[in-house]
Amino acid sequence: MDTLVAAGAVLSLLLLVYLFFCAAFPGETLVSLQSNLTVVVYIALVTALAIPLGLYIHRVFFGEVPVVRRVLDPVETALLRLAGVQKDTAMDWKKYAVSVLVFNGAGVVLLYLLQRFQSNLPLNPGQLPSPSRSLAFNTAVSFVTNTNWQAYSGETTLSYLVQMLGLTVQNFLSAATGMAVLAALIRGIVQKQTSTLGNFWVDLVRIVLYVLLPLSFLFALFLVANGVVQTLDPSPLTSWISPSPSVGEMGATGTGVALGPVASQVAIKQLGTNGGGFFNANSAHPFENPTALSNLLQMVAILLLPASLCFTFGAAVKDKRQGIALFSTMLALFVPAALYCIWVESQPHPLLAGLPIDHTASQLMSGGNMEGKEVRFGTDLSALWATATTAASSGSVNASHDSFLPMGGMVPLWMILLGEIVFGGVGSGLYGLLAYVLVAVLLAGLMVGRTPEYLGKKIEAFEMKMVSLVILIPACTVLVATAVAVSIPQGTSAVGNPGPHGFTEVLYAFASAANNNGSAFGGLTANGTFYTTSIAIAMWIGRFGVIVPVLALAGSLAKKKTTPPGLGTLPTHSTLFVGLLIGVILLVGALTFIPALALGPVVEHLSFTSP
Amino acid sequence: MNRFYALRPTLVLLGIFTLLTGVIYPLSVTAVAHAAFPKQAHGSLVQRDGKVVGSDLIGQPFADPKYFWSRPSATTPFEYNAGSSSASNLGPSNPALRQRVEERIAALRAADPENLDPIPIDLVTTSASGLDPHISPAAALYQVSRVAKARGLAPDRVTQLVYTFVKRPALGLLGAPHVNVLHLNLALDSMVENQPSTK
Repeated sequence: MDTLVAAGAVLSLLLLVYLFFCAAFPGETLVSLQSNLTVVVYIALVTALAIPLGLYIHRVFFGEVPVVRRVLDPVETALLRLAGVQKDTAMDWKKYAVSVLVFNGAGVVLLYLLQRFQSNLPLNPGQLPSPSRSLAFNTAVSFVTNTNWQAYSGETTLSYLVQMLGLTVQNFLSAATGMAVLAALIRGIVQKQTSTLGNFWVDLVRIVLYVLLPLSFLFALFLVANGVVQTLDPSPLTSWISPSPSVGEMGATGTGVALGPVASQVAIKQLGTNGGGFFNANSAHPFENPTALSNLLQMVAILLLPASLCFTFGAAVKDKRQGIALFSTMLALFVPAALYCIWVESQPHPLLAGLPIDHTASQLMSGGNMEGKEVRFGTDLSALWATATTAASSGSVNASHDSFLPMGGMVPLWMILLGEIVFGGVGSGLYGLLAYVLVAVLLAGLMVGRTPEYLGKKIEAFEMKMVSLVILIPACTVLVATAVAVSIPQGTSAVGNPGPHGFTEVLYAFASAANNNGSAFGGLTANGTFYTTSIAIAMWIGRFGVIVPVLALAGSLAKKKTTPPGLGTLPTHSTLFVGLLIGVILLVGALTFIPALALGPVVEHLSFTSP
Repeated sequence: MNRFYALRPTLVLLGIFTLLTGVIYPLSVTAVAHAAFPKQAHGSLVQRDGKVVGSDLIGQPFADPKYFWSRPSATTPFEYNAGSSSASNLGPSNPALRQRVEERIAALRAADPENLDPIPIDLVTTSASGLDPHISPAAALYQVSRVAKARGLAPDRVTQLVYTFVKRPALGLLGAPHVNVLHLNLALDSMVENQPSTK
């Protein structure tokens, strides 16, 4: 019953926010009924799938997976025996953190070497040369940190072998790492008076075997049925029907069509909030995302695991309402942003005013700002995707964010700057949000003068120090790196558009890197040494500079006693608390980044309205 | 436990997962895909007279006025380079964007000077992939007069043909209406070939 009340309260809150939004722009037909329904269908699908999956993942985290396990248990046992790991040895937070760092460090080395030896390795039908040292390093860090920032163009840089053996593998392992760290944090909250958080190797193996592999396999086949390619054959040549007389020989008569083992990579790229495209155009490429249906399911896949983990959390702390509160917080931040972005992109392009162009949406066209968007998606699905992929730390794109209108492009940037906690990355989104929960708990505690508690654990100075690190490290990285980049010629010479838009490109790049999103304002030429190196460092700091304090926090919480809730305990599942949490997130985000946003998208927007 | 406790699991698991998720997984997806969906897995290629003339999913340029034209494309070094997808990445305030759109309007107007209808936005802007296989139905209808004139067909017949290729948003809700340019042009060619001679 309480669950229903909480859900109802959150829904009404959402409605209120939306009505307020409508009232702020009177006299406009804001977002069409169809666009609204699209968002509703999308959220409904995500929620319907996330609840059962979240409960299933809870069982994986705590070692009870009856059906799948009967089949895969011998595999799990064999893997762990080979690795010399005893299933029941739990690690303290330091050992857990060292294991995470060593494993991911080794992942970077392997991926770097694979790329550097690309030209000597098989399955390279395009005979592509090995990428340069700095580019290979950037890509290796990028995929290991679950960022999937791409300073290269997939089909013209990396061979089938490197995409499979290098990138696909890290798509799985980086996602599994994020979930494992979350599992450790949850254990820290649930367990009492112990120093251990579980075993990283056991978590890793179980997450890959029981969650990521089966889901990806099914999803990949579905994608192929929709038209996503999956082959090791070299590119076929096609001859065009009506060749163009004006261009060079190859472009005059036809073209080679890039193929590859795409579906298997796209499946985990979306499910694992990785987002690195097989092709340069990512999920705008018709071979990665051919239809509106494949588009819908990929959008669902982007939010699916981060959303599920909220329900995993609720099950683990034996209070579903806690999970629902976190999920509602994410939704309340996501839905208005998505609707706003949809509205902005459906507007006529101000730069093209006065030209004989039809911008108006109708039964026969999407209309709106179609620069950098695909016709089959139109502006609605492009804007909705852009919000989802940046709310979650996916970063895969189905449209060119660089060509969004200024305020439309600010929405994905804003979602990233909030710290990748509105859904966020698999695992990382929720552990990031839990850091904000502790801030909200602290604030509430200060207001009433009680020691703050969360789920029975006292929140003290050490916890707050770790939380501050989690929030400040990515934010400082973004601002400092952007400030440096726009002050030196290596930084400014790479921007692709004049004026404030160029500044936005740089800000977006470091926001995306330090928060491990990986999407880009594509105009920035990011493959020079300055950007490959600085972005790689930002990605590493943004990932492990957060993971280590999160694990320290988990270790500290695990040692504490649990106090039963009393009369004065702040309920952390109430609408009031959700409101407080949203306020904290928006306040921190706004105070940190509004000056930077004012210099970029806001100025650009105002330049249209004032002559 | 010694100081290097993380070393053996790291090496063993990295190796095994590379094999499992980097070889066995993609290859088994490939095997099932080739058995169940061979056409899609290989790129949904389209043949005419035994020659591969494109793909259901990949756009191509049509230079001749007697064909429906695709959207402009930002791929390099030539338009619709299916080996190197790319967007223009022109920002919304970049004067170069307006300039290019003006050039495209001029080209469309030059090919059909009598048609003074406003031009649908998708026909003068580039897509995100540079390989968009579709145009909006409005963009196809805008081109009917030019195509009909170039082929000596009645505009009504061409309009009818366009409508048979209009795809409404999937499930009536998701996506935008679109027309596959290659399919439309192939049908146009075969319609002309099958036309009974009227002498």
